[in-house]
Amino acid sequence: MQQVYLTIVLAPLLAAIAAGVFGKRIGRTAAHWSTILAVGVSFGLSLYTLIGLIQGTIEPSNESVYRWATVGGMHMEVGFLVDKLTATMMATVTFVSWMVHIYTIGYMSEDPGYQRFFSYISLFTFAMLMLVMSNNFLQLFFGWEAVGVVSYLLIGFWFKRPSAIFANMKAFLVNRVGDFGFLLGIAGVVMYTGTLDYQEAFTHVPALSGQTMEIFQGSPWSVMSVICILLFIGAMGKSAQVPLHVWLPDSMEGPTPISALIHAATMVTAGIFMVARMSPMFEASETALSFILVIGATTAFFMGLLGLVQNDIKRVVAYSTLSQLGYMTVALGASAYAGAIFHLMTHAFFKALLFLAAGSVIIAMHHEQDMRKMGGLRKYLPVTYWTSLLGSLALIGTPGFSGFFSKDAIIEAVHASTLPGAGYAYAAVLGGVFVTALYSFRLFFMTFHGKERMDEHTREHLHESPLVVTIPLILLAIPSVVIGWFTVGPFLFEGFLGSAIQVFPGHDVLAEIGEHFHGPASFVQHGVMGPAFWLALAGVVTAWFLYLKRPDIPEIIASKFSGVQRLLVNKYYFDDFNEKVLAAGSRGLGRLLWRTGDEVLIDGTLVNGSARLVGWTAGVVRRVQSGYLYHYAFAMIIGLALLLGWTLLAD
Amino acid sequence: MIGLPHYLTLSAILFLLAVAGIFINRRNVILLLMCIELMLLAVNFNFVAFSRFLNNLDGQIFVFFILTVAAAEAAIGLAILVVLFRSKRSIDVDDLNSMKG
Amino acid sequence: MFIQILFYVFATVLVGAAIGVITARNPVHAVMYLVLAFFNSAVLWLLLEAEFLAIVLVLVYVGAVMVLFLFVVMMLDVNVESVKSGFTRYAPLGVVVLVIIAVELAQVIWVRHMGLRGIGELTPLPADYNNTRELGLLLYTEYFYAFELAAVILLVAIVAAISLTMRRRPGLKVQNIAQQVAVRREDRVKLVKMDSEERQ
Repeated sequence: MQQVYLTIVLAPLLAAIAAGVFGKRIGRTAAHWSTILAVGVSFGLSLYTLIGLIQGTIEPSNESVYRWATVGGMHMEVGFLVDKLTATMMATVTFVSWMVHIYTIGYMSEDPGYQRFFSYISLFTFAMLMLVMSNNFLQLFFGWEAVGVVSYLLIGFWFKRPSAIFANMKAFLVNRVGDFGFLLGIAGVVMYTGTLDYQEAFTHVPALSGQTMEIFQGSPWSVMSVICILLFIGAMGKSAQVPLHVWLPDSMEGPTPISALIHAATMVTAGIFMVARMSPMFEASETALSFILVIGATTAFFMGLLGLVQNDIKRVVAYSTLSQLGYMTVALGASAYAGAIFHLMTHAFFKALLFLAAGSVIIAMHHEQDMRKMGGLRKYLPVTYWTSLLGSLALIGTPGFSGFFSKDAIIEAVHASTLPGAGYAYAAVLGGVFVTALYSFRLFFMTFHGKERMDEHTREHLHESPLVVTIPLILLAIPSVVIGWFTVGPFLFEGFLGSAIQVFPGHDVLAEIGEHFHGPASFVQHGVMGPAFWLALAGVVTAWFLYLKRPDIPEIIASKFSGVQRLLVNKYYFDDFNEKVLAAGSRGLGRLLWRTGDEVLIDGTLVNGSARLVGWTAGVVRRVQSGYLYHYAFAMIIGLALLLGWTLLAD
Repeated sequence: MIGLPHYLTLSAILFLLAVAGIFINRRNVILLLMCIELMLLAVNFNFVAFSRFLNNLDGQIFVFFILTVAAAEAAIGLAILVVLFRSKRSIDVDDLNSMKG
Repeated sequence: MFIQILFYVFATVLVGAAIGVITARNPVHAVMYLVLAFFNSAVLWLLLEAEFLAIVLVLVYVGAVMVLFLFVVMMLDVNVESVKSGFTRYAPLGVVVLVIIAVELAQVIWVRHMGLRGIGELTPLPADYNNTRELGLLLYTEYFYAFELAAVILLVAIVAAISLTMRRRPGLKVQNIAQQVAVRREDRVKLVKMDSEERQ
């Protein structure tokens, strides 16, 4: 099996090299065929692995492939831990990536950076696979940073746009903050367990859970809480949780396929995956779980609100992504790791679908992204219309659709959780359901229904996107609708993920829900009775009323509640805070250090000062050097006399 | 009987004379060099005397090396002197202060 | 007793020669006094039974180094009078320094006896003692490395002295043998082919 795993990982890498390094030589067609083939092979083998694991023909394996270095008894290795959790991620990642590859042929067909783009997305697939298949923290960190680099490259793909460069710099810097925590967390793991390997580290957890450490004198901290919160800070950066979420909306500067692949379906879920993978550690710290719960709930509700005031079609979807990531995080906090991974998977399908549909709209509108200039697109883009309707229905949690099962399970899990902050989280996720429905259908109605607000020239050229764009939409729409129905039972309640996830009995909310689970049909039935469904319905109706029936009302509301409106438009002033306080503060600190530390202290006093001192001393000593030979001779003789005298005195 | 102090005194007198010579002949480089030779002789005297009185031949080996180095020094010193004389037509020390700092 | 007389005689001549070196008005005389000083030292070293060094002193110092001095002194033709002038200016300093050093040396040798006590009389060496042989045994074994270094120093001194004093006079007509040997036919002979001119 090792060969299979290696093939899965290395095929995209080879294709990326082929398309990236030799792109000019092999041409556009060869570039996209080689990468699509390679990712296709990866997907096929991942699916084979997943099916094999489900049917029991393949055993879960944990083996190292290559030992890179040994430092003081600590092994740095490349290794693959493949169990059902990994295989699920692998299949999801490669499938979405494959779809995006195909879609890109149509979306990027006129771009001069065609080969470069294919190279990047293949490279991303490689990095993401390294991340999810890793069996140790080092490789995890490698994949973590590698996806970050590719994300940076792709957000700034159109490197001639200043806004894109700003956005990728922002993403990079914000992720550094998260990565700092992540690295400290890994350092903590190494410090207390002495190993980088997951399984070995997990065996140390019970011994560590009672231990404390003193970061500041006199205040003991639980070791596990510190490590877990630090690791989660890494996840906050990568999975865009408040307050490290600010980079994700701006990352929409990248090409739409990237928004779908990296900033919706896969990379941003790396944090969720990581926490789920580390479940044996996170379970040991209720403090960390509570922290995760609160952060996730805040993200889920408040980021959804921001989606209501955005007019850029991609930004609405981006805020929706933030909100959904918040849901996943809430699930993690409530110890419903399986729920988080389940939502991750369903979300990957329908969010990729929504992004690609948005991309399809953008192609048709000649790269116009403002929803105020759309409307009535239904009759021009039938395939896009129907697929994005299905995606939206899945997103808001329509009973029977995949999003329903995952989201409802999360809400139930939070409801059942007894951790501190669970009440707040429950309120937030329920409110989030309404908001989700509202912004989803606001987008849907503003884009596909209502008055046609585009200009004449654009209207004349409106037509459905080519097949390479619509086929991925259709292929993504199918799992978006049905995958929940088929997988909810095994995934959440029948221990599909097996030993990959460990939950302490006291935390096991899913088991609690599972007692009432009697198949997907009854789950749907139960869901229709619950508050979530009615809230979603209310959201859809509100959206219909506000944006189709009486489009004048939103304006009135906006002017009535101008304070709230301003708060939302300015994204709770996070960007301003970062810009004016953090960035300006560090710039000020930098300038202070530069002016006083560097220019005055180091340059002025140390460098030039010592040079001046030497010059002054030399000026004085220069007079001693008369150049007359006998002066030197005299000096030596007098020195001799003094030396002799000193010897005598010392005797 | 002639003891070690006799030789040391002789050597000290030689050394003092050499020092006095440096003060007296401070302007003539050749004589300065000769005074240095005289000093070295005084030092060698000490070495030989100690070597004999302590029954240790290492002192004489040291004299051997001093003689070697002194010969080399004299050769190079005189060569420099010749070059100097060629360019300045003088070996008056007062004329030689181009090394002034 | 005999040795004592010899010591005092030669020591007196040695001190006298040294005084001659530093006071002689003519540098040639100074060199000659120095030669005398070296000869006397050699005799005194013979009294100390350091025969090899005594001979070396005469052969190397008197035979080579002092001849070199003499050679240079005669070649350079120094104006004696001007060289001696201006002596008084540094005389006070010289006297003070001399007195200090003299007092210090006297302290060491006669008053404090620093490390000199316990060094008693000379023990006569056996009849078959061979100073040269003993020195050689030491020099070529224990001090071999230093000996080689001394050889290198001498070589460097030779090279340095020659390279310092060698000069090329402009306009001197010499052959460059290497160039002559390296010459090839093509550099010297040029075959020119031309049509015969028409008869005018």
